[in-house]
Amino acid sequence: MRIEISTETLYSDFVKKVEAISEQTLISCYQCGKCSAGCPMCFAMDLLPSQIIRLAQLGLEDDIAKANTIWICASCITCSVRCPKGVDLARVMEALRLITSRKNIDQVQIPEIPKETIAQLPQVAMVGGFRKLTA
Amino acid sequence: MERIGVFVCHCKLMAYMDTGTVVEAISKKPDVVHAAAYEDLCLAPGLEQVKDTIKNEKLDGVLITSCSPVLHQEVLRQAVTAAGLEAHQMQAVDIRSQNGVKENTERAIEAISSALDKLKASLPPVRTKVPITKKVLVIGGGIAGIRASLDIADGGYEVILVERTHSIGGHMIQYSETFPTLDCPQCIETPLMTDTGQHDNITIYAYSEIEEVTGSIGKFKVKIRRKAAYVDWDKCNGCLMCIEKCPPRVLSEYERYLDMPKRQAHRRAIWVPHAQAVPMRPIIDKDHCLYFTKGKCRVCEQACPSKAIDFTQQESFVEIEVGAIVVASGFDLMPKSAIKEYELDKDILEGIEFERILCPAGPTAGKVIRPSDGREPKTVAFISCCGSRDPEHGVPYCSKVCCMYLVKMALLYMHAVHDGQTFIFYIDIRTTGKGYEEFVQRAVTEDNVLYLRGKVSKIFRDGDKIKVWGADTLTGKRIEMAVDLVVLGMAMLPSEGVKELADKLGIATDEHGFMVELHSKLRPMESSVPGIYLAGCCQGPKDIQDTVAQGGGAASKVLALFAQDEVILEEAAVR
Repeated sequence: MRIEISTETLYSDFVKKVEAISEQTLISCYQCGKCSAGCPMCFAMDLLPSQIIRLAQLGLEDDIAKANTIWICASCITCSVRCPKGVDLARVMEALRLITSRKNIDQVQIPEIPKETIAQLPQVAMVGGFRKLTA
Repeated sequence: MERIGVFVCHCKLMAYMDTGTVVEAISKKPDVVHAAAYEDLCLAPGLEQVKDTIKNEKLDGVLITSCSPVLHQEVLRQAVTAAGLEAHQMQAVDIRSQNGVKENTERAIEAISSALDKLKASLPPVRTKVPITKKVLVIGGGIAGIRASLDIADGGYEVILVERTHSIGGHMIQYSETFPTLDCPQCIETPLMTDTGQHDNITIYAYSEIEEVTGSIGKFKVKIRRKAAYVDWDKCNGCLMCIEKCPPRVLSEYERYLDMPKRQAHRRAIWVPHAQAVPMRPIIDKDHCLYFTKGKCRVCEQACPSKAIDFTQQESFVEIEVGAIVVASGFDLMPKSAIKEYELDKDILEGIEFERILCPAGPTAGKVIRPSDGREPKTVAFISCCGSRDPEHGVPYCSKVCCMYLVKMALLYMHAVHDGQTFIFYIDIRTTGKGYEEFVQRAVTEDNVLYLRGKVSKIFRDGDKIKVWGADTLTGKRIEMAVDLVVLGMAMLPSEGVKELADKLGIATDEHGFMVELHSKLRPMESSVPGIYLAGCCQGPKDIQDTVAQGGGAASKVLALFAQDEVILEEAAVR
């Protein structure tokens, strides 16, 4: 699959927003991969943290949205502590979560959740989950 | 000055300002009788125009805008003096700036106006002629200092070479083999070391440091501190019988404090760094000598046939006068402890430690074994950019040689351990020298060196093995591997004490401690002080090839200076 890279994607509102919320300069990252090498949650991610910041550098918002990475991130800040370039990746992850949440889209359809699942879930998790994933 | 001419240089590079407005504004200034824009004032036709105008307009002051006075001043000055003016009757001013046209134009007018004031206030400089003392001091006996010393000595001038340790050779002599040709320094550097030691024009002060430097180009006065070796080097004949009998076993600085299982890398309290030391003279390590610590032993004294041991020796000072100085103070490596996520462990080595283990003339005679248990490591991971390119650890620059020495060591390891496997973790592979890329390709295709693209996040001991957490960003997968040995490509730093040395010499260093050259491209061998030249890694990380070239270059600067009998010093006059 080919991706489109243009001045529009590189300097999009999305990129500006990520940088403004996270207070990080995305292009400072030189893709060494040390964040991915040390990430304790990597095993469950479909894209590595370093790949997420690369996608963010290129303004490829949809690819980030498709990956589960930002939701798996535990905000343990191991990546931020070890980054040789001083990029606070945990804050970038948080910014990406905020931007996605603020779209006010129903990510789950509550009526479609099976009754058995609802019965098994703790209430706190359900309320927290719905706040995050619904409009 | 009543007839001042202003020459505004307007080449394509200066297109970002309105030179017309600049000329108009300046021509209204008092005493300015001529102001015009010219193309390419730095070239011969431009300079001819300046000369003609000075004569025709009978100018008594000249102001020239140029892009970099550091580079152009000399040429402009020659043109002005050729037209009959004195050097102080000319000012060059840099009006380049990177902003908008309007702002640039305003800035240029401002800069020229203040330069006009400076020009009017300038007095003829006080000139003194200083005869050149045709001797040179070379600081540092590594390969840069050796090359510079030999070239100057071969040119017929006296060289005083000061080395901090008790043998010349520097870091190079510690290496196993050198890239990309794989010749061993014990073969290729020792002839130069011996030549330096035996050259009629070279005096080596080993185990000595620079105490004080005064004076200026042509006549520096230097005080050298000769540290107490507790051995009279004039009486000593280098037989080394003293060492054989000395009881203590101590970790050796020369072996990078490697602690090998059978104490192969240990030295005695009286010691020489290695079998090819120049000068071949031992020193007594006061902190470990039994006589100095416990008051008895003196075995070396009894063993010495020349009666050279002198426990009462004090440090002494030598004062010399030289016309020029070459600084070749070299580099150190960032300590492993600086990277906290990489554990400190006997089997996690820095580059020079592993060089010693690979070295046929090293403590294990080239047999590759682990420091922890003496076993042959079957898997070795090499980690690039440990501290380098890492602003968070204070080193934003690339150390330049790690890519090459890590792959060289991987290849040498594979040649020594045929059933072994090596991995090199890298971010970028930088192989810009002659034959370097071919060397890497050879290691990959012929010697099974596997490159993995990603910076390592954590290294720690796990039982018998060393665990490495890395990533391969090309596949997007995390890597966890257990290896027998890890080698870190630590960042290159200027050698210890470089700031103090620079202060004594009065030369500038950058924020990392590397000595600053006068111009990074065009005057790389000259320091900020006339008569003091730079060679090798004291100026910035570089490989042996570049270091030797710069050593030779610094020598040519000294020889060019010594081809003259006196130097004219100019000092700004004060009203």
